[in-house]
Amino acid sequence: MKVIAISSIGGHWIQLLRLRPAFAGHELVFVSTNESFRSMVPNSKFYAISDGNRSDIKGLLSCVTQIFTIIRIESPDVIVTTGAAPGLIALIIGMLFGCKTIWIDSIANCEKLSLSGKIASKFANRVFTQWEHLKTDNVSFKGNVLK
Amino acid sequence: MIFLTIGTQEPFDRLFQALEQIAQRINLDIVAQNSPNSAFTSNLMEMNSFMAPEEFERSFDLADLVIAHAGMGTIISGLVKGKPLIVFPRHKSLGEHRSDHQQATAKYFGEIGYINVANSVDELEELIKRFISGELLGISKPIGNYASDSLIKALKNEILSK
Repeated sequence: MKVIAISSIGGHWIQLLRLRPAFAGHELVFVSTNESFRSMVPNSKFYAISDGNRSDIKGLLSCVTQIFTIIRIESPDVIVTTGAAPGLIALIIGMLFGCKTIWIDSIANCEKLSLSGKIASKFANRVFTQWEHLKTDNVSFKGNVLK
Repeated sequence: MIFLTIGTQEPFDRLFQALEQIAQRINLDIVAQNSPNSAFTSNLMEMNSFMAPEEFERSFDLADLVIAHAGMGTIISGLVKGKPLIVFPRHKSLGEHRSDHQQATAKYFGEIGYINVANSVDELEELIKRFISGELLGISKPIGNYASDSLIKALKNEILSK
């Protein structure tokens, strides 16, 4: 399988890296929003994209274009993200390309699912929360990134 | 050495000002990572804007105490390295973040004893004094490098079942 693992910088990225054993044996492509993270995944292909968030429309649009291009070129089977906005964009575009889409909500969201996670739960193939009390019919709980 | 970090997002000058006030009263050795968008300057701290991952890692490793916003990146790094952590959550109403999830994160992780939480200059000063007197320790058993086996297994199965 070819897997794209994508997230914003900061905590989202740290959490994505902690899921690495799940990607073993697959062709892995990392995408994040800071070029300096390339050095953290020396054995995988890495793309840096612009950062986008809800309050930065221009950044979001450029993010959409770049993610679209990466998915078109790489044509992955599966897209996995730990958030935030760029991850949601990747899942939406991935869905249009027929990829399997997986959202893992950040462990920071301990009182409710993130807004992006809620949107992802409407269409993604699988959505995980990291808090047992937040699981629902279409949001699974299978543990967290800490252990 | 105290490492002050506010993550890679928006500035968080309220935390810098709080620590600056404390550093005027107590002699502290502080290395700080600030947002490139912050105008805050200080003669009492070694200031850095964006730090490369290696540089960030080095400061984190050298720190005896980490003071930070309630960002998961910092909290996870602190738990992996077994560092004592004081977090100061960002507030949406003060324009410090897009939501108030940092207060929830701080509350939950504070309750299970993973972090120490300060919400004001006084609370921060109190925790720093406790650190100086040796009462503030990191978690006794640092966490590993990867997620829980059950989450890894579930994700692995999801990927394979495409």
